[in-house]
Amino acid sequence: MNDDRPTIPGDQDQPEPGLTPDPAPSYRHGDVIHTAPEYAVADADVLAVERGDTIAGTSLWRDAWRRLLRNRLAVFGMIVVAIVTLASLLGPFIIQKTTGITPDYIPSDVARLRSVPPLTGIDGAFAWTHPMGTDNQGRDLLARVLQGGQISLMVGIISTLVSLLIGVSYGATAGYLGGRVDNLMMRAVDVLYSLPYIIIVIVLLAVFRSQTARGQVILLFIALGSVSWLTMARIVRGQVLSLKNQEFVLAAKATGVSTPRIIFRHIVPNTLGPVIVYATLTIPTVMLAEAFLSFLGFGVQPPLASWGSLATDGIQNLGIFPWQLIFPGVTMALTLFSFNFLGDGLRDALDPQTRQQ
Amino acid sequence: MLSFIIRRLLITIPTILVVITITWGLVRLAPGNFYISEKNIPPAIEKNIREKYGLDKPWYEQYGRTIWNIVRHFDFGTSLKYEGQSVNAIIGRSLPVSATIGILAYLLALLVGVITGSIAALNPNSKRDYASMTLAMLGISIPNFVLGPLLVLLFSLTLYWLPPSRWNGFPSRNVILPVITLSGLYMAYIARLTRAGMLEVLRSDYIRTARAKGLSESQVIIRHALRGGLLPVVSYTGPALAFLVTGTVVVERIFVLPGMGNYFIQASLNRDEPLIIGIVSFIAIALLLMNLLVDIAYAYLDPRIRY
Repeated sequence: MNDDRPTIPGDQDQPEPGLTPDPAPSYRHGDVIHTAPEYAVADADVLAVERGDTIAGTSLWRDAWRRLLRNRLAVFGMIVVAIVTLASLLGPFIIQKTTGITPDYIPSDVARLRSVPPLTGIDGAFAWTHPMGTDNQGRDLLARVLQGGQISLMVGIISTLVSLLIGVSYGATAGYLGGRVDNLMMRAVDVLYSLPYIIIVIVLLAVFRSQTARGQVILLFIALGSVSWLTMARIVRGQVLSLKNQEFVLAAKATGVSTPRIIFRHIVPNTLGPVIVYATLTIPTVMLAEAFLSFLGFGVQPPLASWGSLATDGIQNLGIFPWQLIFPGVTMALTLFSFNFLGDGLRDALDPQTRQQ
Repeated sequence: MLSFIIRRLLITIPTILVVITITWGLVRLAPGNFYISEKNIPPAIEKNIREKYGLDKPWYEQYGRTIWNIVRHFDFGTSLKYEGQSVNAIIGRSLPVSATIGILAYLLALLVGVITGSIAALNPNSKRDYASMTLAMLGISIPNFVLGPLLVLLFSLTLYWLPPSRWNGFPSRNVILPVITLSGLYMAYIARLTRAGMLEVLRSDYIRTARAKGLSESQVIIRHALRGGLLPVVSYTGPALAFLVTGTVVVERIFVLPGMGNYFIQASLNRDEPLIIGIVSFIAIALLLMNLLVDIAYAYLDPRIRY
């Protein structure tokens, strides 16, 4: 319904502030939220923004942000994600500075080479030294969980970026070129969809098993990233299909912009909303996959640890030292839970009309 | 409809060949060999091993022979580690275990998920809605390999109600914990999908018509709303089956069940090439056929869809 409104042609021309027409929405067909008068008024700092279409973007983002803040569960998710991320990044250093315990610190004292319950000292009395207890080697579980968080979050984020790169390029290319190419490319996606890709990832990780723990993590990034782009490709393609016949693309074509440039500079930025939503939802999926692979012994290898590998170690001592499973497991579940709520909230905020799932 | 089915079946065959080729390629491209773990082998013995398994032939001949045996005889060869056992026999023995767990888990998930989702959709934004959706999100976020041991901890090691592991045939108490563990995630997904689908349908015109012609509320829901509202659930069945396969791998590991997943992990670790290829292709075939069935069911449920 907004398609008939004028758009800034080509983002390489700097629009004259006074002549800036009311920009077209950057998001989706039939979305009326941008036409609200309060956003149509462009204020000074918005005009300072170079590209015409980001003016609509700013208002969209501001509006979405406001709606996100109204969603209590999403705010909860955002706060937990922030806390967990910060704690994973800084926690191990803080623990080391305050207590001298490092995540890999194994006590030399034989009496301490055992798993103590949470909040218990070596003598069995209450103590703050190990809030989550220790593992079999007497290593502090809190420090290990925080360090494991670094790896888990890193795998989640980097693999999502890999899948973003592949999915967006693939989907945008298919959607923009259309016709037979599109048909062929999406048919390939359909076929890949029905494959047990995680099974193939297991084979890949098992036979290419890296000698170093670091190498295995890098293999994980690539393996998980290269199998989780399918949905992203479909979403981006759908968006591109609806965007490519709009005037700003025609204008870009008319001014002689090359096809790759049209796709990546003009169309892809306009699909940002759904891409962000889906990327946020991909992170917990990938983290879950990493944990699954670590559980089977194909994922993160010692001396590195992730929540998945820590929980797996805990399973082996389930009957005697349940805290070794409970703390990493619950931390992971809480983080995934928060990411999912944040993603759901973002979807509702950025796209109030399709409250699906 | 028939032409659609035939077309889909025709795509299935090259897809399976692609799967086999990818798997074969991965196993072959990787450094090392399946016998490399057997310490230092004298060159003469190594030569014999290579001859026995046809590894001395050029790669295209080995590949061609693998494909030919599968296509012509549906024969995946003999396992390299479980000596003397054919891959078909191993699959035939382990499949019933995995299938039992998988099917029971899916049925349980369907039952609980649809009921929870419908209740949530019928009382949108109520306490009940929020509670069930938060619970569903929790189900999505707890990895099954954490959920399983926690259930074992509670029901087996603390309360002593249920056996913690092992396979004991189908109607036995050993099945309960694995099935619950496996179904948790799908329950949650199905509840969410049902809620979304039902919310959409309950707003539609034909529901208003059904109410207007004086049907009772339960009839409106069961006869009309559920049929449309369950479409997202039906279309989720395809991906669900794929995840169910990966889920059974985990559950079989936790509960020490002699299912296909356990054999698959062992085969991957052992680089037992025929067994890896056999299980992967079997899973791919099963999934593709199930997806076809799902599409047919979808067309039956949604009269707007015509192939």
